Formats: sequence, structure tokens, C-alpha cells
Amino acid sequence: METLIDALLQGILMGLLFALVALGLNVIFGVMDIVNFAHGEFLMLGMYTAFFTSLLMGVDPLFALPASALMGVLLGLASYYWFIKYLLRGPAIAQLFGTFGLMLFLRYLAQFLFGIDYRILQKGILIGKSFSVGPFIFDATKIAAGALSLVAFAAVYSFLNKTKTGKALQATALNKEAASYMGIKTDKMNAIAWAIGGGTVGVAGGLLINFYYVYPTVGLLFVMIAFACVALGGFGSIKGVFFAGLLVGILEMMFPVFGQLVGSDFLGPHFKFTVVYLAYFIIVVFRPQGLFGWKK
Amino acid sequence: MLKVVKVEVRYGGIPIIHDVSLEVKQGELVAVVGSNGAGKSTLLKTIAGALHPTKGSITFDDVLINRLTTPDIVRLGITYIPEARLIFGPLSVEENLKLGAYIIKDHAVISRNLDFVYDLFPRLKERREQASGTLSGGEQQMLAIGRGLMSNPKLLMLDEPSLGLMPKLVDEMLEAVAKLRTIGMTILLVEQNVFESLEIADRGYVLQTGKTILDGTGKELLNTESIKKAFLGL
Repeated sequence: METLIDALLQGILMGLLFALVALGLNVIFGVMDIVNFAHGEFLMLGMYTAFFTSLLMGVDPLFALPASALMGVLLGLASYYWFIKYLLRGPAIAQLFGTFGLMLFLRYLAQFLFGIDYRILQKGILIGKSFSVGPFIFDATKIAAGALSLVAFAAVYSFLNKTKTGKALQATALNKEAASYMGIKTDKMNAIAWAIGGGTVGVAGGLLINFYYVYPTVGLLFVMIAFACVALGGFGSIKGVFFAGLLVGILEMMFPVFGQLVGSDFLGPHFKFTVVYLAYFIIVVFRPQGLFGWKK
Repeated sequence: MLKVVKVEVRYGGIPIIHDVSLEVKQGELVAVVGSNGAGKSTLLKTIAGALHPTKGSITFDDVLINRLTTPDIVRLGITYIPEARLIFGPLSVEENLKLGAYIIKDHAVISRNLDFVYDLFPRLKERREQASGTLSGGEQQMLAIGRGLMSNPKLLMLDEPSLGLMPKLVDEMLEAVAKLRTIGMTILLVEQNVFESLEIADRGYVLQTGKTILDGTGKELLNTESIKKAFLGL
């Protein structure tokens, strides 16, 4: 029982991070109907940014977070203004292959610049520290990642729901023609969506580097999870992606423990993502709009 | 105020409108009538900047607006209320209305406009918190008009406000339009309800297959033989 509760708590912490990774993907999709395949590479570059800021400038990785956020925002804006904007003139398939190409470009650019080594930070205020609450032991880095992910998520959520610009983004997501009749400039909203998308995933990368290796293809695993979260929660739904992130985090952590308790090899950790994608598959079949989706 | 001179508009290479001219003066209610497919909606969308003319000119307060984008035209003071209403369904009535005031920075003005819209359509006030997608067709049309009024437009363009409404609501909607006219709003109205709209209009234009074929005061047009025959079945 204790191990299950432990797995649940660990799952929630990872789930909060997953939700933050998936958030940006869903904001961009919601506003523009574009799937950003390069999202994982934004995460990877956010991780490298924090890694090198910390290593070369001797800053604690936690304080390198703003650099990761800034890198993410700039990446998002640069991608939009220098690339995606031109793709919008073409057919939808051009946008699909376009962001796929951006993914390959950034991934191999990183490989060229930083090599294929797996790098991890050894030093940091939180790294290697842990504390216990009752029978449960938590890594300080994961607590920080979970808590700060939640803060970042809440900040974006309230921006979207409480500010005029946030409401305008929602209006653009719902119907960009109608939004333009209100005087809302679609181009500006698109750029803001990419800035939010890049910024949030940059922050996620900066948090992840505290306890995870960075290498040029690190984004793949996380972006696959993010895709599952977006589809689970509902395309364009911010609430949905939050709960889907939590669900995926919990499933991922609890499934192997459950297998252990049952004593079955078949339910081992190597199948944990099978369960995640199985849940995704079931929801797509029975509720194609996702748990909270409103987009067709 | 608004001058459309010999405008041609193509859609997918095919001219939908050719040689349309019309004028709306300050404080007027001008109706453009014509059958389905005459190009009425295309005309309004072109003035709103969603489409651009291939020939001719559109000026608003002596500014050429042919090539401007919709958001810029909204900022000049022209608001377009589309035929399909295009309300933001998942958002509440009040959120929709506030989005209508997107170009206005002053909060006092926004809340004054909100009061004005709620005065005009008290039913919207009763439903202010409700998701607008759950409103009836008539209420959604009220919301679309109210949202258009929120930006303090100098010229309000209404595209078929009575479309799909039951007869009692059609009258109610056109009465609301006439009421806006009496308080000094300048309105360009496009309607299939030829009789009702010409009755409330100061002047009217008849559009047929992309051309303005007749114009005159509302009363003159109502008494024109060809109109009686073509639209009123008299």
C-alpha cells in the first residue's frame, strides 16, 4: 500500500511536468490548428540552455530557469516569424511537414553543436538532496519540478482566462474570422501562442535538467507523452491537458509498482508506456474529442 | 461617410460582384436588398476587409480602405456583424460582449457600452453568465448585434440579421435596428426581407447578380413596379 501511495505521489510530480510540456503544444494547436513536431526539440534546447548557463557561468541550475524560459520564448517567436508564418500560405500538409523539418533541423543542429553525449548536472542546490515525509522519500529536484510546473501552468491558465489578450487568444482559437471582426489581429495572436508554447516548454526543460540527462534526441520521449496528453485531454483544452498530464504521470509510475505487487513480469516497468498509450487509444476510440475537448 | 465606387470582387477567380456603387451618409439607415446569391454578403465582407476588390474604390471618411485588413478597418470605426453570427459558443454572453470591445482601452467606456447593450436587449442581461452557445437563435443574433455595438462603431454593417428567425423575432430584430437608427447610429443593412427592411430604411439599393440595378429612398423602391414584381409578389 505504501509503495502504491509513494508511486502515486511521484506520479503526480512527474505528471505536473508532463502537463507543462503538453501545455504549449496544445496552446499552439488550439490557436492555429498546427501540430508543432519540433516541440520536443524546444524542450531539449531549454535543457541545454540551463545546462550550459549553469556549467559555464557557475549559476545554480534553478536560477538558470529564466534563461531557459527566455530561450523557449525566442525559439517560439523565431520559429513563427521566420518560418511558420510562411507555411500558413500553403496547404495544411505543408505545415505538418514544415514543423517536422524544424524538428530534424534543431535536433541535428544540437548534435552538431553539442555532440551526442548524455550530459547531466552534478552540482546544484537541490541535486542529490532528498527529504522524507513519514515513510515517503522525495527528491528535492522533483518536488521543485512539480511545484514550479504547477506555478507556471497556473500562470498561463490565469493569463488565458483573466486578461484581455488571453481572451483574445481564446476567441482566435474558437473562430479566427469572428475574432478579426472584433479587431483582433490573427498574426499577433499566433505569435503570442508560439511565445507561450516555447516559453512553457523551455521552463519544463530547465526543470528537467535538474534530474534528467540531456542529449540531442531527449525531446522524443517527452513529446510523445505530450502528444498523448493533448489527445487525452482534448485538442485545445487547457484544463484537459492538465488532468491528462497528471493521469499519464500517475499511470507511468503506478503501473510498474502494481506489477511488482501482483508479481507479474508482464506488468513490469518496460511496459509502463504501453499502458499510457493504451489509455490514449481507449479514449480516442470512445471519446475522440478527448476528456475535456471542445474542438472537432 | 462610406463611398463604394464601381467595385468588382472576385472569389476564386470568378467575379461575384461587378460594378457596385453605393453611398452611406452619416446617420442614415441604408438597406441593400436582393435575392440569394446577388452578392450582398460578399459586398459587406469586402467593405469589412475580409475580401479585397479587384476594381473600383472603397473610401470611409475620405480614407481609401480597399487594401486594409479587417482589424485595421474595425479600428477606423466599421463593424461587421456576419450573417452566420459567429459567436464564441463556449464563452459566456458577457465574455462575448467584452471581446466586442477589444479595440477599446478605457474600462469606463466598456462598461457604459455594456449597459447600453443590456438596455437594448434585456434578455442578454438575464443570460450574461450563460455559455453563449446555449442561447436560442434569436438571442444569438441579439448577442452578435450587441457585440458589434461594443466597439463604438461609426458604421454598423448588418448581414441578414433576420436569417433563420421566426416571423415574430424578425420584426423584433428589425425594430431593434430601427431603434439604433433613431439614436443616431449609421447602419448598412443587408436583407432578404425586402419589404420589412425597405420600410425602415432611409434609402435602399437593389442588387442583382452582382450589380446595383436600382436605388432610391425606401418608399420609392417599395413603389417601384419591378420590385413589387420581383420581390414582393404583388
